[in-house]
Amino acid sequence: MSKTSEIVRRDFLKTGGALVVGFSLRDKLSAQERGTKAGPPDAKQVDTWLAIHADNSATVYIGFAELGQGASTALLQIAAEELDLDMSQIKTVRLDTNVTPNQGGTYSSASINRGGPQVRTAAAEARLALLKLASAKLNTPQDQLTVSKGVVSGTGNSKDSVTYGELVGDKPFNVTFTGNAPVKPTTAYKIVGTKYPRNDTPAKVGAQYAYMQYVRVPGMLHGRVVRPRGQRMYGAGAKIVSVDEASIRSIAGARVVRKGDFLGVVAENEWDAIRAAQQLKVVWETPPPLPGNAGLYEHMRAAKTEENIVLERGNLAAGFNGAAHTAAHTCRGPYQAHAPFGPNCAVADVKADSALVMCSTQDVYGTRNSLSRLLGMPVDKIRVQYYEGSGTYGHSCYDDVAQAAVLLSQLAGKPVRLQFMRWDEHGWDNYGPGHVGEVRAAADANGKIVAYEYQGWQHGWINTETSAQLTGVPPTEWPGAGTGVQGVNRLTCGGMYDIPNLRLVNHKLAVTSYLKAGWLRSPLDLSFAFASEQAIDQLAYLTRADSYEFRKKNMTDIRWLGVLNAAAQAAKWTPRRSAANVSQANVVTGRGIGVGTHLTSYGAAVAEIEVNKDTGRVVAKHLYGAIDAGQVVNPGFVESQIMGQMVQTASRMFKEEVKFDQAGVTSLDWATYPILRFDECPEVTAVVVQRIDQKSTGAGEECMAAAAAAIANAFFDATGVRMKEFPLTPVRVLAALGGSKTA
Amino acid sequence: MQIRVNERSWTVNAAPDTPLLYVLMNELQLQGPRFGCGLAQCGSCSVLVNGVETRSCVTPLSAVGSKSVTTLEGLPAWYAGQKKLAKPPALHPVQQAMIDEQAVQCGYCFNGMIIKSSELLSKIPRPTDAQIRTAMNGHLCRCGTYPRIMKAIQRASLVMAGGGK
Repeated sequence: MSKTSEIVRRDFLKTGGALVVGFSLRDKLSAQERGTKAGPPDAKQVDTWLAIHADNSATVYIGFAELGQGASTALLQIAAEELDLDMSQIKTVRLDTNVTPNQGGTYSSASINRGGPQVRTAAAEARLALLKLASAKLNTPQDQLTVSKGVVSGTGNSKDSVTYGELVGDKPFNVTFTGNAPVKPTTAYKIVGTKYPRNDTPAKVGAQYAYMQYVRVPGMLHGRVVRPRGQRMYGAGAKIVSVDEASIRSIAGARVVRKGDFLGVVAENEWDAIRAAQQLKVVWETPPPLPGNAGLYEHMRAAKTEENIVLERGNLAAGFNGAAHTAAHTCRGPYQAHAPFGPNCAVADVKADSALVMCSTQDVYGTRNSLSRLLGMPVDKIRVQYYEGSGTYGHSCYDDVAQAAVLLSQLAGKPVRLQFMRWDEHGWDNYGPGHVGEVRAAADANGKIVAYEYQGWQHGWINTETSAQLTGVPPTEWPGAGTGVQGVNRLTCGGMYDIPNLRLVNHKLAVTSYLKAGWLRSPLDLSFAFASEQAIDQLAYLTRADSYEFRKKNMTDIRWLGVLNAAAQAAKWTPRRSAANVSQANVVTGRGIGVGTHLTSYGAAVAEIEVNKDTGRVVAKHLYGAIDAGQVVNPGFVESQIMGQMVQTASRMFKEEVKFDQAGVTSLDWATYPILRFDECPEVTAVVVQRIDQKSTGAGEECMAAAAAAIANAFFDATGVRMKEFPLTPVRVLAALGGSKTA
Repeated sequence: MQIRVNERSWTVNAAPDTPLLYVLMNELQLQGPRFGCGLAQCGSCSVLVNGVETRSCVTPLSAVGSKSVTTLEGLPAWYAGQKKLAKPPALHPVQQAMIDEQAVQCGYCFNGMIIKSSELLSKIPRPTDAQIRTAMNGHLCRCGTYPRIMKAIQRASLVMAGGGK
């Protein structure tokens, strides 16, 4: 611990008595007591966040879901650090609306960004209270106490010691959480900033992990929903003309349940439920026509939209008029699916006046609100518990499956476990929305970017889950459509460069006229970067500059420069003009660079790809990703996140596109919605730019845009051709390269 | 009906056309094999049947007969049998390697990944990178953990070559 910081802490201890006013130990607060009352528990109480047990261990109550990103371990690292506990002495519990605090949903890469400071300050407050108790017990001034592994020892005349467990031992702190307790200086960190291994891994490889899909309750039925295979236009829902219940009479154990157009089957035996859902004869109303993939982008571009200017500065016309070089580029980005590897699952037990729901929601309190509206039941009668499912990467069908399970349980009068089938999840997902982007950028004779305009077309997110909609709730739009992460991104679209004249325009489409959309990992950023960073790259090309050097020259923000340099160095980038090595060979290689982000972090990437001009197949051979997410609590986890982002970006750039025709979605499984496999997996180099003194920001989706851009620019380097639409499938690539086969 | 799972005989009540997966999950309450697609496309339900990786979601109970089924739970014992070890290790070397490489993210696909790579290493003790990619190509991962899975398989291969620890 550095001297200055120690003094700050000690001074605070001397003067900070006000913090622990009213500190007295009540009776033992049992685990049962914790779960008896509907939450959220009072965030202003330290007890809400933390408990110290008699065995000198601690439980931290965290409001963020473990989604496979390691957040549950990383947040414990933060708490252990502040409490001076060993990682073996600290654990957390399952998210539960009767138990854990409401920290908001686990999205927008928020676990460490938003959750970290709360956990850190709560732990610091608890430590302060513990030191006060120890001071009295050891009859030693607080500023002469040190803590190691939860053992408080005197450093002055008395060398006596006492453990946290002896001081508190399962009793509540009864201390107000002020948020003002001094936290450790970063220079004193022993646990934060280290690559502590994930605590969930052993159970996950050892067949002991309680995935949602394994949850069973006594007396439950198995349920399945019955819907058309593949969603229709969001505004249309799915309307039943007739249901032939006799069609499942051969399956003795199964029965039909229905509320409006919400249709399902339940059975004691899971296989019976599966067979019944497939066998049930239902006539659905013909839905209004969708544009389909073939007409999507023209439809979006021609549709009536609401415009808003996201950002504007300088004089755009003057900037373009005075420029020496202008580049224009278009992007057409498809709907892409969350497609969690295991379809969502939920167990619900709805009684007349209460409900217990177990599901994989990223926001237990948000889901509780939606279930309250659906059931017409007060929130304090509903308990939602989180069980990890498979990686969801945004708003997949976890709320929908919870709603559907609740409806099935209510209709059947018994607890119901509902497992979505593969086609339910793929076909009724809230996809990352399609996008049309048009960008113009200009540079002066010295290679400085002088003007930039981005116009983007997309619709916002849905706010009515399918199950609720089928019971008659009108389809509505998620608030804020056309702005923030639902509109043109001011960071990814030119935000990293010093551009004097700039305008970003958003064109919002009607959400009800297209497929359902929701937040997907780095939702529209791949599309933005695909357009924007190709235009910037083209300016580099037109000014005969190296792509990396050109970007460097147009940046002054040290954090953007930091990640750009980190990616370039990792890839051993050597300056040359792009497309300088274009050849007539059948198999060619290229390298590209790109920058971009999702929210507040900084991402850069380099891609090395191979293009087979005969087959149209493009493969990423090596992807380098760099992230600056401020203080990185566990660099190992961020490296792992970068690896995942690189592989998933390759998948989205080369493979992924939700297919649909006029009637509805036809991408219903892994054959009709292919993703990247082992055979085309790139080598990945992950670079964490550690800035221990900066606020932690997101790291789960912050270099996908950069990677998408790097791949697109590498394609140009390899072929001299700029792609205007992704994924870069063989058919599309051959068409772009002027091959004989067309799309 | 009697089936043999993880070296134990079980009496099960399911109808003969029931896919093995639902018997393992619901009647035997095992937590290795898991539902992913029900179409044999992803590999999350994989088990070994007489040592051969098999998609339990499309394998009817009637096709199992007297064959020996091994799930993730039974993998250390299966390995011990193969290597003629006195007693099973806590984890199969592939499982341990997945921990050592910190390969897991959500982990849902890792049942299939571990089952398939165990089968691979039982046939090809020192696979090349290309052999690993080919063998594993029918197993999908949404989190993008492929690079670390490949490293873990190489690591396990070395450990196993060193005496089947």
